[in-house]
Amino acid sequence: MTTIEPVPALSPQGAPQRQGRTFADGVRNALPKIVLAPSFAVILVFVYGFILWTVYLSFTTSRILPVYKWGGFDAYFRLWSQPNWYVAMQNLAIFGVLYIGICIILGLGIAILMDQRIRAEGLLRPIFLYPMALSFVVTGTAWKWFLNPGLGLENTMHNLGWTSFKFDWLVNPKMAIYTVVIAGVWQASGFVMAMFLAGLRGIDGEIIKAAQIDGASTVSIYRRIIIPLLRPVFLSAFIVLAHMAIKSYDLVIALTGGGPGNATELPSTFMYSYTFTRNQMNVGSASAVMMLMGITAIIVPYLYSELRERKQ
Amino acid sequence: MRMIAKLAAGAALIAMTAGAAKAAEQVEVLHWWTSGGEAAALNVLKENLQKQGVAWKDMPVAGGAGSAAMTALRARVTAGDPPTAVQLLGFDLKDWAEMGVAANLDDLAKKEGWDKVIPAALQNFSKFDGHWIAAPVNIHSTNWLWINKAALDKAGGKVPTNIAELITMLDAFKGQGLTALAHGGVPWQDGTLWEAVVLSTGGPDFYKKAVLDLDPAALSGDTMKKVFDTMSKLRTYFDPNFSGREWNLSTALVIEGKAGAQEMGDWSKGEWLRANKKPGTDFVCIRFPGTQGSVLFNADQFMMFNVGGDAEKAQLKMASAVEDPAFQIAFNTVKGSVPARTDVSNEKFDDCGKKGMADLTEASSKGTLMGSLAHGYAQPAAIKEAMLDVITQHLNGQLTTEAALKRLPEAVKAAK
Repeated sequence: MTTIEPVPALSPQGAPQRQGRTFADGVRNALPKIVLAPSFAVILVFVYGFILWTVYLSFTTSRILPVYKWGGFDAYFRLWSQPNWYVAMQNLAIFGVLYIGICIILGLGIAILMDQRIRAEGLLRPIFLYPMALSFVVTGTAWKWFLNPGLGLENTMHNLGWTSFKFDWLVNPKMAIYTVVIAGVWQASGFVMAMFLAGLRGIDGEIIKAAQIDGASTVSIYRRIIIPLLRPVFLSAFIVLAHMAIKSYDLVIALTGGGPGNATELPSTFMYSYTFTRNQMNVGSASAVMMLMGITAIIVPYLYSELRERKQ
Repeated sequence: MRMIAKLAAGAALIAMTAGAAKAAEQVEVLHWWTSGGEAAALNVLKENLQKQGVAWKDMPVAGGAGSAAMTALRARVTAGDPPTAVQLLGFDLKDWAEMGVAANLDDLAKKEGWDKVIPAALQNFSKFDGHWIAAPVNIHSTNWLWINKAALDKAGGKVPTNIAELITMLDAFKGQGLTALAHGGVPWQDGTLWEAVVLSTGGPDFYKKAVLDLDPAALSGDTMKKVFDTMSKLRTYFDPNFSGREWNLSTALVIEGKAGAQEMGDWSKGEWLRANKKPGTDFVCIRFPGTQGSVLFNADQFMMFNVGGDAEKAQLKMASAVEDPAFQIAFNTVKGSVPARTDVSNEKFDDCGKKGMADLTEASSKGTLMGSLAHGYAQPAAIKEAMLDVITQHLNGQLTTEAALKRLPEAVKAAK
């Protein structure tokens, strides 16, 4: 690996000095590689290695433990014949669209309002951002109590005398998935707000001034100039939210446990239950591969467009 | 490359020294008995083993029904380092034994005569290929109804003996302004109620045909329709907050007199006892109406894993200690279950325990001691969960009765 430099035949005192410098230079040059190597190796094994392992498992006959007997596409046929899988996919569609959509709309709205040079912004910003500091488990548990008809909102309203008030989404199989959306949006919209706020602050004030001089109204400045300029922020927010939606597991488990019935099953809860409680590891792996493909379908075009822009 | 080789060698060295440190006489036990009463009951076993010079290394994994514990077990077995003994249920024992990781307890079982004292229905699970692989700790049964005595007295004091009388009693509870039937809407709890209704509606033969033999005609026939109709009817007696509730919180509602009755396994007696309530005066335990004479069982067992060498001696000592009648009595009086062996004296047990033991002997001799579906003693995990899906979706109104009857045999077929 190391190249041996020819020892200069000149001054005898100079030689060691020069060699010392070469060694230090070598270390300096190699330092980033040395520092990165362990994490690179760890990522290589524990992310990409396990992805490959999962893909392989999905083609085996594994049930309770991994076994390496070839099973062909059997696990995929089983997966796509499970009514539960369709429930999970449908719920992911509802949850994903609403969660991403509402988070972006709310986040942008709050960010624009915060950008109006209001008083106490320094106080408001952390308040909106704070839910992001909580784990999904805490969020889920808190909303579980808040939305429980016998403990939370509904009960409080009844105690206050509004007895016709009804909000039982948490225990209603048809509406339960929307409670997951509520809790998810509550947690993530502040974070999206912070992203948009940073984006808004990054916009060149000169452009806006020029537009104001031209007589554009505030609304059309936002609509025609500012929001289009925020395109990269939209993209980042979408990517962050989309993969959070696909991998969201702890929120559902803490909030509804996948119930009532299986009304809030998501691909992530499906994967866990088939792999670890239903002794069908190959079907669980197949569902994990499907989820990975879903994320890939979002990330790859994003990376592609990012890299292409860099080149330009 | 050389770096990686060095690291690997280092890791191997650490693993080897860790292995050497474990060679002293000790048992490592993976279980999910983490609640107060259960932990106290386990202490009896721990102290017993300590007297024999066997150290107890606890590996408790919290989380109901042990799904978290199973995940931990998978990791340990895959790494080639299984714990000495693991708390397991029903078909999971078979699934693990099939992986070739079970120890052989034949010599000990022969010496202590397990074959004669442990019910045959249970032996089906404690043995694999004719060899003993596990030490059963207790026998639970799931077809119990727990009734608040005060509410029952107000409702006329007559315990129901069939579903029609049960409905009458529940109506009376409703009239008293109570939650008539305390239930927690979690798939295994829905399944526990469902299997009691199946047994009550069709009798033991139908239960065997439908749940144990998975006869498609039985799974979609008229009797099964009655079962699902009864489930829909019972659903109307739940309170609005039942969804996702833990079983012990539902039990608490009955204990506090906010609810009238609960269908639940005998582990719920542990909750009553801890609340200082007495059977007969504060609560009444009966077999689920219409299931008298039959017992749906669920047993905790310690499956012994193949650990080899010195650890095996400690393992056998533990297996022997589990089957010790004194431990069986001490553990089961606390846990609410009945001993796994039928030759234990019932002196120390309360009325419910005595009834449980008598019912077990009767059912065992009549052949009506049958595995519980919801607790893994009737079908392997894949089929069990597929059936629970249909049951829980129907109970939560996601499937109509017609759809459930069509879906049930389909789900079973898809999971096989």
